[in-house]
Amino acid sequence: MEFLYKFPESLQIGSGEAIDVAVKAFSRNNRETLGLIKSAIIASINSINSLLEAIPWPVMILVVAYLGWRVSKKLYVGPMYAAMLFFVGMCGLWDNMLETISMVIVAVFLSVIMGFPLGIIVAMSKRTSTIVRPILDLMQTMPAFVYLVPAVILFSPGKTPALIATTIYAVVPMVRMTNLGIVHVDKEMVEAASSFGSTKMQLLAKVQIPQALPSIMAGINQTIMMAMSMVVTCALIGANGLGMEILLATNRTEMGKALMPGIAIVIIAIILDRLTQGMVKKEAVSE
Amino acid sequence: MINEDYIAEARNVVKIYGKNKAEATKMMTEGLDKDEVYRKTGAAVALWDVSFKVRRKEIFVIIGLSGSGKSTIIRCFNQLLKPTSGTILFEGQNVEKLKGNELLNLRRDKVSMVFQNFGLLTHRSVIDNVAYGLEVRGIPKSERFEKAQDFIKMVGLEGWEDKPIATLSGGMKQRVGIARALVNSPDMLLMDEPFSALDPLVRREMQFELLSIQRKLEKTIIFITHDINEAFKLGDRVAIMHNGRIIQSGTPEEMSTNPADDYVRNFIEGADMSMVLRVKHVMFRPQCIVRENVSPANAVMEMRENQVSSAYAVGDDMKFMGVVTLDDAIRARQEKLPLFSVLTKNIPVTGEEVLLKDIIQKAADARFPIAVVGERGKLKGIVSRASVLSSLA
Repeated sequence: MEFLYKFPESLQIGSGEAIDVAVKAFSRNNRETLGLIKSAIIASINSINSLLEAIPWPVMILVVAYLGWRVSKKLYVGPMYAAMLFFVGMCGLWDNMLETISMVIVAVFLSVIMGFPLGIIVAMSKRTSTIVRPILDLMQTMPAFVYLVPAVILFSPGKTPALIATTIYAVVPMVRMTNLGIVHVDKEMVEAASSFGSTKMQLLAKVQIPQALPSIMAGINQTIMMAMSMVVTCALIGANGLGMEILLATNRTEMGKALMPGIAIVIIAIILDRLTQGMVKKEAVSE
Repeated sequence: MINEDYIAEARNVVKIYGKNKAEATKMMTEGLDKDEVYRKTGAAVALWDVSFKVRRKEIFVIIGLSGSGKSTIIRCFNQLLKPTSGTILFEGQNVEKLKGNELLNLRRDKVSMVFQNFGLLTHRSVIDNVAYGLEVRGIPKSERFEKAQDFIKMVGLEGWEDKPIATLSGGMKQRVGIARALVNSPDMLLMDEPFSALDPLVRREMQFELLSIQRKLEKTIIFITHDINEAFKLGDRVAIMHNGRIIQSGTPEEMSTNPADDYVRNFIEGADMSMVLRVKHVMFRPQCIVRENVSPANAVMEMRENQVSSAYAVGDDMKFMGVVTLDDAIRARQEKLPLFSVLTKNIPVTGEEVLLKDIIQKAADARFPIAVVGERGKLKGIVSRASVLSSLA
């Protein structure tokens, strides 16, 4: 009866060695293309980073404070955001913060330009939907670390695999929320627009996308949040920025040094979340 | 004169949802009930063998309860839904055969639609909604706004052009819906329960306005409703749908005087018949008619024979002269007066084609049944007070 309690070894397959081999072979055979992708990604991250670095820190703080006030319509929010950002600077983490943010920006940009059209296609075609939905579920439930390994094999440690992994992770809510927004547009409204002789593109551009905008904005907000959390995890594969500071401090068991960048991440996350959520609400109201 | 100029027609239209369409069709042809067909095949029969013709410039009302298929059939006319079989003709053309641009043109120029819950684009202003049909045709902004402005004025929403939809009341929203449907100058309007979401007062006002717009623009309208009063008020002709079939169609009068079956009868029972019935439907011949030049004794005898206490007096050619009561006739006999001198002359009269609702007041005030007279004062019959007032119930 023993075989009932111990899964027989003869039925076990290898633990994915074949996949390892395939990924490595792919990496070898496509070195040039991968190299091109890598340099494009690095270039875009760096240019965003230098753009952010070109802004004097007091100007940045003032702009964020102003936006905070505009979005929330509350007087105390502006100074609060300013103080929070000022604190990040005081911790000596300003440059790390810019590095992290520039990666988030590129990852979110990629997620939006891929996720938005994909979300629309999924909403329009039932067949695509049946294929894409399980893939999205898979992408969202798969532990994020699993993406890191193939990304590293393909692009070698650094910002590029970090960005790819982040984008894969962050694109999911963009697709989902775009899809959701379009599917949930009032049926009669779509009928009405069709009944007046709209083409499919007119229907999309004049009715479905504007109606789905609050949902799409919520998708962007979630994408930013997910990118933010993933970028930090990506320190494990050599992405510089706040995550790297935490990783180093953790390895050296320096509590204080780990805490400061941790707080900085929380601050950035809060500010980004509130600013984008505020925009979502503004959209919802104008509906 | 009957207008035989048909603009649109549904011919044996069938719509079945779900799989096993062929099997369901076979079962329905064999005469099975649609519920039974659903149980056996899982296919839902929404429309079965629906045929009717719509005359140019008439309001054709389709009435039925929810699930009767009325919203399904109306959507076949602009191909928001495609029939499983059968044909929809518009201006003699099979709309199902229209390809791509032809279908767009039908929807843009010929047929437009008004929806139960308005279907307005909530992210746009009033004028941007009204102009939508022109916008998809690629008409420049200034031109389409100018045109939209005219129709906004027509539905009485001047001054609301730039307001967001959310600020409008239900009645105003449907005014926008109607203006939007009219702006393309379509030949036919499809109205899917346009007033059902409105409260009764606003509904009545909108019905009135629809009639006056119809009189001005002379559009053909297919109008869906579940309210029999609305159907009879607006419809030149009415079709009753039940379980995906049309059970009866005809003018409101035909339908109420001659219902096809109990279902129709029950439906019509809910109607305010005074809106539909005319005097000719409830009048009857008086039991006792006397010529005014006979002797009073003769009149008394006539009344005794018919066991009535009054008689309708006519002159030559059945010209209505008045009513003589038994008491007056007896008095005239005793006093040797001619019959015509004792006639009660102030009897209310009416015509055959008058709607009952228009003589309610007369009937309520009258001491005698109302006399119905035709050309040259000819007595056609009488309408009792009871039959007028009972039609109100």
